[in-house]
Amino acid sequence: MKILGIDTSCDETAVAVVADGREVLSNIIASQVKTHQAYGGVVPELASRKHIEAINYIVKKALTAAAVTFSDIDAVAVTNRPGLIGALLVGVAAAKSLAYCHKLPLLGINHIEGHIYANFMVHDTLTFPHVCLTVSGGHTLLVEVHEGWKYKVLGGTQDDAAGEVYDKVAKYLGLGFPGGRIIDELAQKGNPSAIKFPRPMRNSGDYQFSFSGIKTSVRYFVEKARRTGVLVEGERTDVKRANLDVITIEDIAASFQAAVVDVLVYKSLHAAKATGARTITLTGGVAANSHLRASLKAAAAQSGAEVYYPPLSLCTDNGAMIAGIAYQKYQQGLRDGLSLNADANGSIAAESPTA
Amino acid sequence: MEKRKKTFKTESPEETQALGEQLGKTLKSGDVIALIGDLGTGKTCLTQGIARGVGIAPDEVVSSPSYILINEYNGTVPIYHIDLYRLENAEEIAELGLSEYIEGDGICIIEWAERMANGLPDICIKIYITWEDENTRFINIQHSVSR
Repeated sequence: MKILGIDTSCDETAVAVVADGREVLSNIIASQVKTHQAYGGVVPELASRKHIEAINYIVKKALTAAAVTFSDIDAVAVTNRPGLIGALLVGVAAAKSLAYCHKLPLLGINHIEGHIYANFMVHDTLTFPHVCLTVSGGHTLLVEVHEGWKYKVLGGTQDDAAGEVYDKVAKYLGLGFPGGRIIDELAQKGNPSAIKFPRPMRNSGDYQFSFSGIKTSVRYFVEKARRTGVLVEGERTDVKRANLDVITIEDIAASFQAAVVDVLVYKSLHAAKATGARTITLTGGVAANSHLRASLKAAAAQSGAEVYYPPLSLCTDNGAMIAGIAYQKYQQGLRDGLSLNADANGSIAAESPTA
Repeated sequence: MEKRKKTFKTESPEETQALGEQLGKTLKSGDVIALIGDLGTGKTCLTQGIARGVGIAPDEVVSSPSYILINEYNGTVPIYHIDLYRLENAEEIAELGLSEYIEGDGICIIEWAERMANGLPDICIKIYITWEDENTRFINIQHSVSR
């Protein structure tokens, strides 16, 4: 069974074709398409208008890349919650039109369910229940995932998402975008113990997160370090060697990353222990972070738990994960009518809760 | 042109939230709040307090909308929590279609509002947050009728 999956919940116009919930036949993301000229010469981002300009072209490209036509497609799935309402509406309107024109079943999908499902697409041995950590620019969420795609939300961020705080700290330090990858690379050359940044809510005894305070601490540290002259920026290898008390941007990156990853790993492990899950899955854009992967794996190994993460193409926002979970939902009997609407909020807590 | 200004000093995130909650209790449908302050000054923190004051459910999370751009909460009136951090220019902001929210019946709270200077309504509450040290903030609230 082949499903066309559409996601326009935020920046990306993403469309994919997936067979039987696992086999990715195509997975197209507009910002990664080289020939932008084909739909007006603009990289789609943020605005509904950009999604409108891109959507038909990206659908066509997803079909072509999968070497299929609409006569081969068995259902249309679309992210209709949660997200930026104007952006979601474009995907929903497109999916409804396609379902109507080609007389196909339509399924409205929760974006977070897609992220959670991503690991199942590539890891045959993934068992239930497992604990899933979704970390991206917009989300930081710990969820217990049970057989039959039932969920129990354990906790999430109370302010900034993990990926967001990476981007903001990188921009503040003048490192550019994408912040996650740049800080991850710099951190490998720095001392993670150089600065003791706070670990907000680490010992709160629940599964909530707060990353905004780490960002504030980095800013405070940098301003003070610049004033007192201990922060050495630019060409400074010799200075660093001559004076052990100085701090480099690499040290700040490593210490910042250590603080964020420490809290993520600690709470994920704690969740796995408390729920008896033997597997922790990592998903979302920040799942590509090398230190997070390595730390989580090392910590999990100590308690005999396993860690799974998907390839990058399934970590970031994409249509394949939407088509994937839609296959499971289709098997469970889900069908949405043409009255399907977009919902900006649509919490995962409302999706098939456990018990 | 009428302008009322008042500056408050807060010494912790909790104090900033408490100030926001007081302000939130005075708000009514159609109000627009423009938050102006650097990274890490506490704009989202103040918004958490404002939203409590407007009466959102205790378990509803008020998180940063930097990535998604707009969060919506159900207070006694709808709250639209808007964040222009990722938007660099007037064109991008214009494409977001904020006028529908600003002219609507809810309360709009806009972080990084200086980026839409000309797009702000004449009547709005401008709040400038400045950083004194790691925990201390000066919060200047201006009820204004201006251009």
